[in-house]
Amino acid sequence: MTEIDESKTLKPTKGERKEKFRNLSNIEIKKLYMPDHIQDLNYVMDLGEPGQYPFTRGAYKNMYRGRLWTMRQFAGFGNAEQTNQRYKFLLEHGQTGLSVAFSLHTIYGIEAVDEKALGEIGKEGVSIDTLKDMEILFAGIDLSKISTSMTINGPASILLALYIVTAENQGHTPDQLRGTIQNDILKEYIAQKSWIFPPEPSMRLIVDTIEYCTKNVPQWYTISISGYHIREAGSTAVQELAFTLADGFAYVEAAMERGLDVDDFAPRLSFFFNSHNNLFEEVAKYRAARRIWARHMKNKYGAKKAESMRLRFHTQTAGVSLTAQEPENNIVRVTLQGLAAVLGGTQSLHTNSFDEALCLPTEKAAKIALRTQQIIAHESGVADTVDPLAGSYYVEWLTNKMEEEAEAYFQRIEEFGGVIPAIKANFFQKEIANASYKYQKEVENKERIIVGVNDFSQKEPCSTPLLKIDEEIGKQQVESLQKIKQERNNEMLKEKLEKLKKAAEGTENLMSYIIDAVREYASIGEIINTLKDVFGTYHEDSIY
Amino acid sequence: MPEGRKIKVVVCKPGLDGHDRGAKVLARALRDAGMEVIYTGIHNTPEDIVNTVIQEDPDVVMLSMLSGAHNALCPVIMEKLKENGIDDVLVAVGGIIPNEDKPFLEKHGLKGFHGPGTELKTIVEFVKNNLKR
Repeated sequence: MTEIDESKTLKPTKGERKEKFRNLSNIEIKKLYMPDHIQDLNYVMDLGEPGQYPFTRGAYKNMYRGRLWTMRQFAGFGNAEQTNQRYKFLLEHGQTGLSVAFSLHTIYGIEAVDEKALGEIGKEGVSIDTLKDMEILFAGIDLSKISTSMTINGPASILLALYIVTAENQGHTPDQLRGTIQNDILKEYIAQKSWIFPPEPSMRLIVDTIEYCTKNVPQWYTISISGYHIREAGSTAVQELAFTLADGFAYVEAAMERGLDVDDFAPRLSFFFNSHNNLFEEVAKYRAARRIWARHMKNKYGAKKAESMRLRFHTQTAGVSLTAQEPENNIVRVTLQGLAAVLGGTQSLHTNSFDEALCLPTEKAAKIALRTQQIIAHESGVADTVDPLAGSYYVEWLTNKMEEEAEAYFQRIEEFGGVIPAIKANFFQKEIANASYKYQKEVENKERIIVGVNDFSQKEPCSTPLLKIDEEIGKQQVESLQKIKQERNNEMLKEKLEKLKKAAEGTENLMSYIIDAVREYASIGEIINTLKDVFGTYHEDSIY
Repeated sequence: MPEGRKIKVVVCKPGLDGHDRGAKVLARALRDAGMEVIYTGIHNTPEDIVNTVIQEDPDVVMLSMLSGAHNALCPVIMEKLKENGIDDVLVAVGGIIPNEDKPFLEKHGLKGFHGPGTELKTIVEFVKNNLKR
């Protein structure tokens, strides 16, 4: 490699706005990028054609010229009936996939009747306890025609079971179903905190779903390996990239330990990334993610099929970047973030609503968010060619840099003995807490400007209308669950739960036992409690 | 506030909400401002919080809530503190608290209501200026 004249590219020229320019991963950005900065880049080895190894340029050959990304708005609030109406509203306005946000008590496998659910029912997502709720949630929506993503982790196997039975009752077979369960417990310990059981039994449940779907629900994405929450918790883009892919490798290893063939399950793993404000950094992150995944799947895990090496991902714009001050400005932020996801080759996208720093989205805000995607897709022209930023000296340099820094993190995780030991040592948690505090300090010192918050701000009162969840919803959900408990066949249910418990004590795949229990209108909480008896619960150290 | 003693703060996440980025950043900022800080982690029930207050005898309790459960949980926490004869602790709630909920929470003795975008130094000053002992 020849010497690069750094005086041309790195050192600031007199009169620049800042001494150093750094992106959100604290990578120093040079004044100018030159051919020399990517002189080692080999087109075939490092980029490849779109749809070919190492997939840097895209997961598919013709990308959005063939089919646009799926516009999948995350939605759920109140009870199943209200959310069903929101889904129909979004579908009528051109949304092409469903994405379910669950209430916190559902996420933790706590029944609506439990006092721990006090004040939480339907507030952050739709409240679901039993098959009855699922039937209402998808009433009038043909589950053989639409794909559904469910943001659920601890009880993911139970929600999958509920979805399968709901579809069966609509007259569809499991092999017709398309969708995703998030089912990514590792990032829960790392960042999002909706864990239930300790890591080892949680991993078993995940491998159970992988094994079950590989045989019975072949079009289902079994895990959505998620960086989104890691980023929201305060990580940098590099940390998001590295920790997410490390989690992905941990799932691959766990499934291979079960004796599954990597090429049987890897094509049904998918990813979920954040899109924050720094446009080129985000694009480089997605491109690097595809290349890293492909290289490791091929070289380390011995995948043979191209589909096993091809990383596909969903993107959500960064909730944490939304401001409560001058909330309309968020429409612009979301547009830039959505654009980054599309330029980075996302397979599906959720664009946040501008009012989400204040409340769950109102119908108007949700519609603008969807319209934002439609404008990017149909008016901007960015979807007309594949990977339009390839070959940019800057973007290729940054893609290389992100890969290099992610690899350094993989080394450090390896030194702990893998992801789970690193979680137990609070490695990720500390890295994220440090990054988020550093970011906050930089905002307070005005090293980073947030328009309308720490600069260009007017102290005007906020007048955005807010979505309010009626407290009555909680009471109704409690009453509805009590009624179901009286009407169902409790003898039969008891038997099914005992069988589940016995199976959990052994090593069998638990999916069919869970399906049998949900058919008898077991609540998610009852199944979780049955499993807690065997698996125990997880407690974290509260470090900051 | 007696001279030479650090202000003692308990930072809590009541309810089921796991979004603790703000709570952690705040805990560190209060520590960096010279206060003694205990972060109790997520999923605190009102009983957990009151027990911590009894054990730790803090000057301030800061509740971080983003899930919308504040109207249900905050009055319960205040009631239980009162039952235990605790009336000299500043109890503040922040996170996502809509303006229209503030009068209700104020009536129950809560203060603060710092939302997204608040500078940390504003909260540090708030704590120093609103101590009840």
